[in-house]
Amino acid sequence: MSIKDFTPSRRQLLSAIGTTAGSAAAMQAMAVLGHAAESRFTGPPQLTGTRKGASVLVLGAGLAGLVAAYELNKAGYKVRLIEYQGRPGGRNWSLRGGDTHVEVGGAVQKVEFAPGNYLNPGPWRIPHHHKTLLHYCRLFNVALQPFIQMNHNAYVHQTDAFGGKPMRYKEVATDFKGHVSELMAKAINQGSLDDKVSKEDKERLLEAMRSWGVLDKDMAYTSSLKVSAQRGYDLPPGGGVGGAPTPSAVASLSDMLDSKVWNQMGFYFNYVMQTTMFQPVGGMDMVGKAFAREVDHLITYNAKVTKIAQNAKGVTVTCEDMATGAVSEAKADYCVCAIPASVLSQIEMQAGDKMLASLKAVNYSASVKTGLEFKRRFWEEDEAIYGGHSFTNQPISLISYPNYNFFKDGPAVLLGSNAGGLGGSLLGGMEPAARIEAILAQGEIIHPQYRQEFMSGVSVAWGRVPWNMGGFSRWSDEARKDHYANMIAMDGRIVLAGEHASYIGGWMEGALTSAIDAITRLHKRTQEA
Amino acid sequence: MIAGRQTGFGLALVALGVLGISGPSIADAPGAGGTMVEKPVTGEQIYRQICQACHLADGKGGAGAGKFPALANNPRMAVAAYPISVVTRGKGAMPWFSNMLNPVQVAAVVGYVRINFGNNYPAPVTEADVKQFGAPPPKPEE
Repeated sequence: MSIKDFTPSRRQLLSAIGTTAGSAAAMQAMAVLGHAAESRFTGPPQLTGTRKGASVLVLGAGLAGLVAAYELNKAGYKVRLIEYQGRPGGRNWSLRGGDTHVEVGGAVQKVEFAPGNYLNPGPWRIPHHHKTLLHYCRLFNVALQPFIQMNHNAYVHQTDAFGGKPMRYKEVATDFKGHVSELMAKAINQGSLDDKVSKEDKERLLEAMRSWGVLDKDMAYTSSLKVSAQRGYDLPPGGGVGGAPTPSAVASLSDMLDSKVWNQMGFYFNYVMQTTMFQPVGGMDMVGKAFAREVDHLITYNAKVTKIAQNAKGVTVTCEDMATGAVSEAKADYCVCAIPASVLSQIEMQAGDKMLASLKAVNYSASVKTGLEFKRRFWEEDEAIYGGHSFTNQPISLISYPNYNFFKDGPAVLLGSNAGGLGGSLLGGMEPAARIEAILAQGEIIHPQYRQEFMSGVSVAWGRVPWNMGGFSRWSDEARKDHYANMIAMDGRIVLAGEHASYIGGWMEGALTSAIDAITRLHKRTQEA
Repeated sequence: MIAGRQTGFGLALVALGVLGISGPSIADAPGAGGTMVEKPVTGEQIYRQICQACHLADGKGGAGAGKFPALANNPRMAVAAYPISVVTRGKGAMPWFSNMLNPVQVAAVVGYVRINFGNNYPAPVTEADVKQFGAPPPKPEE
């Protein structure tokens, strides 16, 4: 054995530190070793020395429950996973042609999409730093493709800007930095910043403004071919006869301000919204299905949990078979409960007041996502928009274009709404047909081709999803301070998991990291018992 | 009685306006800039635009893995302080709406529910009631 064999790789070292000293220490070590703190994930949990025969009931086969079941099973626990629905994945979900969606209140939608087309009603994009999720995608061979988050050629639309005409992002974003740069240069040249900026820095700032804002020789933002090289041309450059480009006209400062484009520019700066982003090929539910392939034999589907009891010896969960109504009991040493707080807060659970109160302290979003199928990809064919989002201040909030099957003939599905807040409750409160009509009426303002090309649509109002009773969790500062620690603390033999029990609410990464943390603590408890 | 009081509501309404989501976003929120929704004025308009998304158009609520409670024929509507508190503070999975509705609007929608859906509690609900029994919106996490 050479000396080389005694030198651990960085990964082995981190893994060892993580195992012996916990993930916080591993994080510190990562920082020392020169890794940026991109993610807390240092590798899958290392659960060793499981006591023979130890058993765990996992409730809820969303991603939190699935990863808990997978890792506990791998570690040697006797695992059973109980799920309300007839499919795995929870909010990790895709709707395809032939599927049916039934809402609270009974409204039924049949999905009529062509084969290969789908709507991801829940999670739909994966940031590059959600390393836990990416780890399991890689482990289970879930093929990923780019999710086109930023598209300079998509639209920015405000009903009261530019006469209600949608503008290309590149036009208004270029105009924004141009006008702001001109004003900044004026302020510098008029001496307004003399008491704040040194002479050298003033010169450098002026150079930055001139370059970044594409200002002219008089430090003004004016129409030119140079500016058009960013915001687009009236006539773009071509070859041969008449190949010379003609510039486009910049918008006025006031018109540009009406567009409020800084919202989009700022949006793309968000840590969770930055490129690169990914999506599974074929639909987001490929993730849940991949987990289920590993643990399907452990899952009891169509079972509604009605009671969770515990004593010094173990946990007893009462379930009702959704088809037959038959009531049964399941017993285990411990319970990982990965049912969303919106539902779990309504289930009788033998836990301390603190945990029970924590479940009532988070509220849930009620956004509305809509898939619209059109006869052709007019956004690509007519408008050169390939993936990405057009934003609007109408209740639909955005139109997002498919990131797969570019240039293909035949029907394609885009995301026709991602309505939140009042827009979400407004659309969510409508019956499905009226909802689709309202969403088409808003969308056709951005794409007049809508009515001509529309085939069918399906919308998911998260306020009416019967198995989740809401969208994703939202904490207030106050609730987080008073209740978060109580939510995640193990209560006797029960530990909770899910995106609500994380600081990454509304993301699959939150569900996974919460569950891994929960089972790591549970495992430690069994070692002490 | 309610209809008479509603004539004054238009003036008292603060702009519902843009529901801003600008600035840093943590959850996978819809996107940039927020959206513009027509301002609901009457109790019925507010009910249609907000409440029926979960409590359904007929106020009877609904069930799945859990329940959205019925507001219809609900004796808990008898004391206005209760629905005022729920609308402004939220309850369980239901968020607070004191960030979207001002006290006049909360009074309007609580008043509407109290005399509809089989409820018969005609005593008016006032802005003062909302200020007394309600709560300002909690600070959402950034």
